[in-house]
Amino acid sequence: MSEESIISLKNVNKWFGDFHVLQDVNLEVKKKERIVVCGPSGSGKSTMIRCINRLEEHQEGSIVVDGIELTGNLKNIDNVRKEVGMVFQQFNLFPHLSVKENITLAPIWVKKMPKAEAEELAMRQLEIVKIPEQANKYPGQLSGGQQQRVAIARSLAMNPNIMLFDEPTSALDPEMIKEVLDVMVDLANGGMTMIVVTHEMGFAKTVADRMVFMDEGKIVEEASPDKFFNNPESDRTKLFLSQILHQ
Amino acid sequence: MNEMNEVRKPPVATTGIIGWLRINLFFNWTNSLITLFVVYCLYQFIPWILDWTIFSADFKYNYLGEQITNQEMCSRNLDPENGGACWAVIYVRFYQFIYGFYPKVEVWRVNLAYIMLAFALLPLLYAKLPYRKYFLYFTYIFPVIAYFLLNGGLGFTEVSTNKWGGLLVTLVLGCTGIALAFPIGIMLALGRRSKLPVISMMCTLFIEFIRGVPLITLLFFGMVMLPLFLPEGIDMDGLVRVLVAVTLFQSAYMAEVIRGGLQAIPPGQYEAAKSLGMSYWRMNLLIILPQAIRISIPPIVNTSIGLFKDTTLVIIVGILDLLGIGRGTLADTNWLGLSYEIYFFVSLVFFIFTFGMSRYSLYLEKKLKTGINMGAD
Repeated sequence: MSEESIISLKNVNKWFGDFHVLQDVNLEVKKKERIVVCGPSGSGKSTMIRCINRLEEHQEGSIVVDGIELTGNLKNIDNVRKEVGMVFQQFNLFPHLSVKENITLAPIWVKKMPKAEAEELAMRQLEIVKIPEQANKYPGQLSGGQQQRVAIARSLAMNPNIMLFDEPTSALDPEMIKEVLDVMVDLANGGMTMIVVTHEMGFAKTVADRMVFMDEGKIVEEASPDKFFNNPESDRTKLFLSQILHQ
Repeated sequence: MNEMNEVRKPPVATTGIIGWLRINLFFNWTNSLITLFVVYCLYQFIPWILDWTIFSADFKYNYLGEQITNQEMCSRNLDPENGGACWAVIYVRFYQFIYGFYPKVEVWRVNLAYIMLAFALLPLLYAKLPYRKYFLYFTYIFPVIAYFLLNGGLGFTEVSTNKWGGLLVTLVLGCTGIALAFPIGIMLALGRRSKLPVISMMCTLFIEFIRGVPLITLLFFGMVMLPLFLPEGIDMDGLVRVLVAVTLFQSAYMAEVIRGGLQAIPPGQYEAAKSLGMSYWRMNLLIILPQAIRISIPPIVNTSIGLFKDTTLVIIVGILDLLGIGRGTLADTNWLGLSYEIYFFVSLVFFIFTFGMSRYSLYLEKKLKTGINMGAD
């Protein structure tokens, strides 16, 4: 593991039943690096990033996040989860809490932050995602794009070093995709370490430091965006790109 | 176009009372026929029931103006042509119906407990109550106060539970059973879904065993077997034994109801909570249970109402609840044959309580729904 790696996956294997979903996955992510992961559905890309904050357990190999190895040790898992924020395809906001409460909940209960301070923090995060006026609404009253931005604000409120995005725009109407991507671009420009699973190739070209292409549980190709889009090595990548770019 | 649309109103015949009548009662000829038939039945029934329960009924005096002290003096027994219900039996035995055989000198304690119960329920019923927080503190300590007040101790003379009866026993069993079964049920439901095999198996076994046994069997079990498990010399009060049985029974049902609610929570909620670094208990207390319980309100109230009525089964282990006192009164030669009146009264009291619970659940559902869409979008 190189000195500056903040995430390191070594020979990671995972099975769902008999299905070998991750096969010898190796990935090193440096601090402040922005990685975009793409690939056809069922290729294991979501499973891979879900292993990084232990929403899924890997069965072989090692995953080290910010110097902490992910094992069965619950304390390590908690510590990693405090470092790593995650944004989901389905937003997963808490529907029984207001937008502000969604954001303040974890700082208050996990970080023991005083309520007033947490609320101030929530309002700052909502400014960052550009919807401070929605603070007192409930998730069910917001559009998909607004919900996803609240979800990003909720993760950011825990002040993570790393952000994982699991297809953050796949459940959105086309006109809402941009407002979410804009927030993510701002975040990337601010120096956040990010791993983004997405099919938004325009976003990938703008922010990615490195592209990772997965198929059938393996990392097929890893390259800079420039090389990846203009001169990919593997035929599988070429086929995928031709399909996705000609849509 | 727009101006036209703004002034356009729905057709008159579909709104207001006439519209409602047309749509619901006289939609077509079969519908109208059924409406007329039902109206005729009501016309026959309502005057009769009002006459029997109120206009021709005896309350304290019979139609000759004498105070009624036994069934022979009821108007309908003196002159079958001339009488309705004979409520005097309820009037004379009212004390027993409400307090059982609680000593008259000490009965203020029961009354005080009844009043305090009302105050303890207030903050649970009205979320907007001023100073709700302080009322809630009272609600938490109310069970302790009620125990000393009703049972004695702390300077109060002891009133043994075999003197308790009537509504007092019904309320003690119902309230304690429901209040204790709720937290136990939550723990059992979480336990059954736990990933730890031992805990999950123990909870499943407990639930399945208790649920697979009739309440009557559990009551006998509590009466006969429970003392065998206690160390020698410790005598467990009869009512407490029954309470244990009732609570266990109710918590098994409550557990399954809450488990149903837990299963309706999408896995994304767990994942979001975990990814924010929440521990198992925080996740459940703050994210999962509030949503699961909200979904389960109708079945929770349903099983609670069921339990409240099932408390009448304690009669078979010799505890006289409201219905028990009623049956006892019927066995008294003075009041022989007044079963209509007594069962009517007992039903009415049960109905008032259960109907209250059901209305409360509707209010709660409505209140919790405002502004919250539990769906995906």
